[in-house]
Formats: sequence, structure tokens, C-alpha cells
Amino acid sequence: MTQNIAPLRPETILLDHGSGGLASQELISSLFLKHLGNTILSALEDSAVMENQPGRLAFTTDSYVVDPIFFPGGDIGTLAVHGTINDLAMRGARPLCLSLGLILEEGLPLADLERIIISIRDASQNSGVPIVTGDTKVVPRGKADKIFINTSGIGLVADGVEISATRAKAGDKIILSGSMGDHGITIMTRRAGIALAGDLRSDSMALHTMVQKLLAGLPTGTIHTLRDPTRGGVATTLCEIAGSSGLMIEIEEGRIPVRAEVRAACEILGLDPLYLANEGKCLALVAPDIADQALALMQACPEGAEAAIIGTVTSGDPGRVVLKTTIGGTRVITPLHGAPLPRIC
Amino acid sequence: MKYVDEFRDPELTAQLLHELETATTKRFRVMEVCGTHTMAIFRSGLRGLLPPRIELISGPGCPVCVTSASHIDAFLQMAELPGTHLAVFGDLFRVPGSNGATLAHARAQGAKIDVVYSAMDGLELARRNPAEQVIFPGIGFETTTPTIAATILAARQQNIDNFMVFSTHKTMIPPLMALLGDPALGIDGLLCPGHVSSIIGAAAYQPLAEVNHLACVVGGFEPTDILQALILMARQISEGRAEVENAYTRAVTWEGNARARSMVDTIFEPADMEWRGLGTITGSGLTIRKEFTGLDAQSRLSITVPESKEPPGCLCGQILKGITTPPACPLFGSGCTPSSPIGPCMVSSEGTCSAWFTYGNHT
Repeated sequence: MTQNIAPLRPETILLDHGSGGLASQELISSLFLKHLGNTILSALEDSAVMENQPGRLAFTTDSYVVDPIFFPGGDIGTLAVHGTINDLAMRGARPLCLSLGLILEEGLPLADLERIIISIRDASQNSGVPIVTGDTKVVPRGKADKIFINTSGIGLVADGVEISATRAKAGDKIILSGSMGDHGITIMTRRAGIALAGDLRSDSMALHTMVQKLLAGLPTGTIHTLRDPTRGGVATTLCEIAGSSGLMIEIEEGRIPVRAEVRAACEILGLDPLYLANEGKCLALVAPDIADQALALMQACPEGAEAAIIGTVTSGDPGRVVLKTTIGGTRVITPLHGAPLPRIC
Repeated sequence: MKYVDEFRDPELTAQLLHELETATTKRFRVMEVCGTHTMAIFRSGLRGLLPPRIELISGPGCPVCVTSASHIDAFLQMAELPGTHLAVFGDLFRVPGSNGATLAHARAQGAKIDVVYSAMDGLELARRNPAEQVIFPGIGFETTTPTIAATILAARQQNIDNFMVFSTHKTMIPPLMALLGDPALGIDGLLCPGHVSSIIGAAAYQPLAEVNHLACVVGGFEPTDILQALILMARQISEGRAEVENAYTRAVTWEGNARARSMVDTIFEPADMEWRGLGTITGSGLTIRKEFTGLDAQSRLSITVPESKEPPGCLCGQILKGITTPPACPLFGSGCTPSSPIGPCMVSSEGTCSAWFTYGNHT
């Protein structure tokens, strides 16, 4: 008689799934390996062993706690893959592999988890960067918010590639690879439950392919700095570069690409798109003589189709970032203080 | 972007700047009443482009900045009551009370506090959480008050009895009359707040023009709006006139929005109100009428508002009065920054100190 009754399958994450016992194994095989499996991960060894390859190792880690976990243009899974790949790419590294650490809140619907794992699979496959090791823990309800993800990444930096914020030089042109603020405004409006007309979408995207094309297409040593303006936005990232390099940065408001929907939402909420997070954009500081070539290379990639030269590095006032406004005035740009909050009127 | 770009047009701006230069025949001091004006002037870079003979003084029109420390203390008291859930405007979140504590601190210690975009979001929070008492700390001037009044009416109509408002709402004209009665300030013109004026109407400034002999011009918030208002003001001042003019006709009428005012009158009645830095000003606030006591957090929860203590060394009071500018404050930029504000003018993105710190030429 009992043979006809379907086996009881929990539809939510239980503490048992993190116990290391049978429920954990079931989750690993029926969900993680099903979607993410590859020869290294599926071996289920205690650590991934990678073949030795020429170049210097780049190593980075990042944690993702975004709320909401699903949003137009991506989800916490795509961010976790793209964000860590981009951190490697910003040092000129070719990403090799990622780790995936999950902290799950008891009660998380399994369907949500599967949806996120499928996003991770797609992002990893499309980027060509496999997940080679992973870990899952489950915490009691209320001790985490649905799902937290940590990814670490290893990449290889080719000889002669030296990219860092300290290498910016006076005269460098500053290229932004596309419109700013898309991710930040999407999350803020979703979080607030504000429905705005227009197509607000996160720009969650991996940038390593575009970076490799830049490295291959430009003379060695002409890309001085790459940074992805995530939290704190373009403004805060430029302040960091000005601080690290001891140089001054001048940007022009009228040259910075911002989508009309993002501008409109910012006007309504009293936010400045310069301070909103991006998850698929980079700032490139390049030698002035190859700036147009670099811009053309970026624009030829889908990731950088809307790239624009937005400013210049000067030796003026060390550490200072100045914006020339559309009406011809100037204002100083300072780093973000606290979280961006909407104004009352 | 339509309705924005045309008001930030570089050529039109240059033309208006030239006109303003010509119209400015003598040195004059303008108080820009509204925090949004202060910020727009800095953010657009207009401040550095204006003729040097025009001196801009920021006024008391930033609702967060004028919220007294004692009211913040009252909000903190409510946040700590069991079963309460505060729904607050974002820029109230980091304003310090008398002992430096903020709602952000209270939340970190376990108080339930949500940042909302409107009072209606607070009402929705109450509807979804019937076991909690949801309190909305009402701050703001005539622009904001009608939305709070509408929310209170909606709560009554929908029989949501776990939603309350703690009103510290303020009106704009009484403090301006009190402040500008002091000739020592030497203000010649008033850049009147566009948003507030859309409700109260340009006519509301008539007594300020007549009694205090001020050139009052209602202005919008885009660079060309502000320049247009300053041109009208400069002409009045050179001709010795003191009148009310409206340079923001696309949003503001002479009479204002009678329907919004009537809704406010239904819910609120005038009361004396304490302003940060300015003290208590007769008839400058709004309390919830007795008919709506059930929605009034202050009376329903018997909250007593303690006596205000201003942070030592903080010059916000003088800055709000236009007596001094932020860099003159010993705390500005050293002890007091937007990351760890001491005074309220540094907290709000519209606060004078925050605008000077963020956009000014400090080092």
C-alpha cells in the first residue's frame, strides 16, 4: 500500500540539510552536482587540485547578502559569480575557477535555492569559469536572511600585466564601460516596493572577456588601472583611485552615461547615480595616446557597447575628484557616507 | 530627460547668468529657505558661477535639520516600547538625539525600525503586522504634511487601529517671520521654497515682503529656475522694491493648493513647536486634532517629550538662522562629518553642513 505514496520530499531547507548526513548528501547530488557538476567538483574531495599554469596567481573573495535575492536582470547567484570574476578581471587576471560557499536559512524554499543554483550554473558556464569546490551550511530560521553566498576566485595574471590603482598617471583618460547606477537603483526600488515605469534592470555581468580583449589589443602597460564601481558607485571608486595614486581626477557630468530610466528614478528618490552600485561596469584608466583605441575595443564588446571617456587624471590637487557639471560649474566629489537613503521631499 | 534637461541647458544657463550679472547692480544677501535649494545650488555647481555680489545664506527649510533633539529622544523612547515598529523617512535614521543616540543605533540594538518612502508604506506595514503598533514619526513642512494627513484619513477609513503618527510637523511662515524680524541678519531677498509654495501659494509670503521689506521670489529647483528667480530678485533690489514674485509658475500658483490645505486642516491644528536651534516658535507646528486621537502616538502612548539638550560645540542653531556658515563651526569636517554627524545639519542630505561638506571646496 505504501508503495503508491510518493516519498515525503521536504520543499524547504531544513537544518538536516546542513548536518553532513544523508540529507546533505541528497542535496549535494540532486541539486548542486546536478547543475554545477564537473570533473573536479563531482569528485567531492576535500579540496580542488588544479594543474600548474604559467603566470602569477590572483586570489579574491567576496560575500553576497543582497535583499531581494531575485531582481530584474539577475539574482544573488549571478552576482556571486560575476562579482568575483570581475574582481579578478580588474587586476588583469584571467579567471580560472571559483569556490561557492552557501549559508542557507532554515525554511528557504528549495525551489528558490534551485533557481539560484541554475543562475550560478548559467553564469559560470557563460563565463567559462567553473565552480570547483563548495560548502553548504544551514542556520536556524532568523539567524540569516534566506541565503548568503561567498565566492572566492583564482585567476592568472600574464607577464607584463601590471594593473592597479597606484599605477594611474597624470594625463590618463578615464573610460566608463557603460551606463551607471542600473544595479543600485533596481535594488533600491525593488526593496522599497516602488513600481516605476521603464525597464530598470541590474547590469550584473562578467567583464573578464572584455578585459582580456583590451589586454590583447593594446600595447603592454598602457592600461594602468581597472576598477569595478560596485558599492559606493563611480564617485567612491574614483575617490579611492585618486587617493591611492595621489593624483587628481576630473570628470564631466555630461559625458557620463546614465540611462533615462535610472536618471528619472534618481530624480524621484533624491539619489545621485554617481553613488549607486554597478555590477557589470568598469572604470579603465588608460594612457592618453591609446584611449580612443581602448574605447573602440570596449565598444566592440557587448559588455562595453555604451562605453564613454568621462574624464582625465591630472597632477593638480592630489586625492581630489572634481566634477564639471552640465551647466559649466564644478563641484567636489567625496566618497559615499553611509548607505544612500532617499530624501523626504 | 524631459522636464529636466531643458532646465539644465548650458547655453540657457550662460544667458541667464549674463542677465543676472547685468541685473545685479549692488551687493545683496539672499536666504534660500529650502534645503533642496541649498543642495541644488551646490550640486549643479551654480554656487561658483553666481556673481560674487550675491551672497547666499541657507535658511531653516530642511525638515530633518530642524527636528529638535527632544523629538528624536521621543522617537527613540517609542522605538524601545515593546511591540512597537517604527516606519521612518530615511534621512531621520541617523539624526542624533540629546545623548548622541540615533534610530540607527536603536535598530542595531534590536528595535524594529523600517525606512519607508512614504507614510502610506507605514500604513501598509501596520496592515500586514496587526500584532504590532506601527508608528510613523511625522516630520516635514507643508509639502509633506498633506501626504501624512491623507495617510491618517486612509487609516481611519480602513479601520487600521495599529497605526499612529507622532506629529512634529511644522509650517514655514512663522519661523521666517520670527527669524527675519531680526535686522542684524541683513537679508535683502528670500528665495522662497518651490515645493512648500505649491501648497501654501505665493501669496503666503506677502507679509514678509510688506512687514520685513524683503524681495520674495518663489523659485524652482533646476539651475535655470534658480537663476530666473535670482534675476527677478536682483531687479527688485536694484529698484528698491519688496514684492512677492513667482518664478516657478509651472508648479506654483498665487493661491496654492486649497484641497491639500483643507485635508491638513481636517486632521491637524496649529500648535507651538520646538525647532532645533531656534527654540519654540508660537503657532509654528501642527498637532493631530482630538477627533483623531486614536491615531496620535503622542497622546495614545503617553509619550513625554524631554527637554532638548544640544550637542556641545554644535553651531547648527546659528547655521539654521543664517548667522554663520558651516566652515565657521569648530566641529565641521573634524568631529562632525556625514559619516558621524553631531548636528542635524550634517545628517540630512539637504542639510546646510552636509551640502557644504559634500559639494563645497573643503580639503
